[in-house]
Amino acid sequence: MEASGVVPISLKSSGRSRRRQRTNHVAQGASVLAAFLAIGVLALVVISVLVRGLKAINLDLFTKNQVTYGETGGGIANGLVGTAIIVAIAAAIALPVGIFAAIYVAEFAGSRASRVVRLALDVLNGVPSIVVGIFAYALLVVGSGYAAWKGSVALAIVMLPLVARTTIEVLRLVSDSLRYGSYALGISKWRTVLFVVMPSAIGSIMTGATLAIARAAGETAPLLFTTSIFLPNQIVTDPHHAMAAVPLLILFDSESPDPSLNNQAWAAAFVLMFFVLVLSLSARYVLARRERKLRAR
Amino acid sequence: MDAPIASPPLDRLASRRGLRDRLGDSSLRWISALAAVGVITVIALIIYEVIDQARPSIRTFGISFVWHRTWNAVTDQYGALDFLVATLYVTGLAVVLAAPVAIAIGLYLSELAPGGVRGVVGSLVEMLAAIPSVVLGLWGILVLGPVVHNEFGPWLNDVLGWTPFFATRPISGSTMFTAVLVLAIMIVPITAAISRDLFLQVPPDIKEGAIGLGLTRWEMVRGVMLPYTRGGLISAVLLGAGRALGEAIAVTQVIGTTAHLTANLFETGDTLASRIAAQYQAAASNLQVASLFYLGVILLAISLIVNFAALLIVRRYDIAQRV
Repeated sequence: MEASGVVPISLKSSGRSRRRQRTNHVAQGASVLAAFLAIGVLALVVISVLVRGLKAINLDLFTKNQVTYGETGGGIANGLVGTAIIVAIAAAIALPVGIFAAIYVAEFAGSRASRVVRLALDVLNGVPSIVVGIFAYALLVVGSGYAAWKGSVALAIVMLPLVARTTIEVLRLVSDSLRYGSYALGISKWRTVLFVVMPSAIGSIMTGATLAIARAAGETAPLLFTTSIFLPNQIVTDPHHAMAAVPLLILFDSESPDPSLNNQAWAAAFVLMFFVLVLSLSARYVLARRERKLRAR
Repeated sequence: MDAPIASPPLDRLASRRGLRDRLGDSSLRWISALAAVGVITVIALIIYEVIDQARPSIRTFGISFVWHRTWNAVTDQYGALDFLVATLYVTGLAVVLAAPVAIAIGLYLSELAPGGVRGVVGSLVEMLAAIPSVVLGLWGILVLGPVVHNEFGPWLNDVLGWTPFFATRPISGSTMFTAVLVLAIMIVPITAAISRDLFLQVPPDIKEGAIGLGLTRWEMVRGVMLPYTRGGLISAVLLGAGRALGEAIAVTQVIGTTAHLTANLFETGDTLASRIAAQYQAAASNLQVASLFYLGVILLAISLIVNFAALLIVRRYDIAQRV
């Protein structure tokens, strides 16, 4: 009988280890390659928009209005004014509602109520912006016509879940010892919330709001159904009338057969992208820093 | 009897302050509750209003609207099948194309990239997620379209013309193929950013344990990181899909907005969202408007299902707020 329990092992290389190493290199290489390829394509998109936009940009873009069909030249001044007004009104609606709803969830609601509101926010966040557009159309536009404020309402609906969700997250990060400390001093709840909790969270809430504004400024679909038929060659400042907006001008100009309008679309895209990117990058940067600070506390 | 210790003025002060605090507490509670109710009302109203507006069409065509193909304003006959199929087809292909690439970017950013690259590429990816869709559509129609028409189209048709996907050459740059590429470019950054965050959440000790057992890096990724993050990755992909499903503007710009029920990617197409966006002013009859809203109902239902599926999975991972 042979010695039991001894398994004959060969110490000679079977190539298994080499095969594993090879698989590892191939997989790693594929991952790096895919990443670089994708990032390359993405960078290409950004660069081509920026280069074309930069080439087409000139002073007229900011100072002149859109021309009526058939004329050449002109700019997007009416669109810039329109976007500024529409987004400002949208923010004026979405920020208070979103922030107060978040205060309710984070400071007042019991676990069931808070779940319901958060669910509603998640659902709202999943509604495609075009559906928000036709909703605003059905609710506000049918029978009374286009107006800028109706576009603002639609954009506010897009912004609302973004604002509220960030605010809930930020309020959750505020340490409870801050609240207990305040209560221990005999300070009432509303003062605690408004003057102790909010001041330490307001910075992050505002950067979250900035992100929402950046997103809203680039939205097209909600405006398509609410404020898209406007007079081409004048600046409108009354929100009861339809206003031009930069995303709408880009959409219309991009589908135009006229190459000079295409150029204007590139220039407008450059302006819009510059605005959105600067806004969202700086907000993200500040938000990340603040969250780190809050967490560390 | 003991004399009362608190002096009267202090007492009055306390009671006045008590009143103000009670008032403040309850008004803040009510104002914020009102805002919360407002949020719930908005979502309920959206669902109600869209269904309500679709009612004439629902009454006329019933559920068979979903599988009927005609969309004819002259005979006032409408059906959603072409748009529904195109939506699922184009979105599905975009996701198939984007998901592996996005996960590879996530892996690269969390595991392989050197520190400096990580920050730069990471913020580039986040920057791309913020590009307005109309700008992406502009690029799609004016830059990508001609390339699809003149380069990709003939080439893919020569090489893969025997498959149903590239059976003909594109007659213009506006094709379903262009829409697939644009949507893929749109969802890669979203999915990539979430998957990077997921991979960064894998506890280092189980990764080190795997390496300590002698696994290669790829075996560690496949055996430890992917299983650990599987649920999160699925919902990251679903969230990207949800975004692509409902994208109206960029798709309208590049897809050609003429419905074809075909697998041929070089034909024009029309999704639910792009049909709504393209016909918003041209609707001739009440029934057509109602049918557009019916498309909206279908779109809303699909996106809510996809988002819910994503949320159910994502709840287990703490990444909900990223999206």
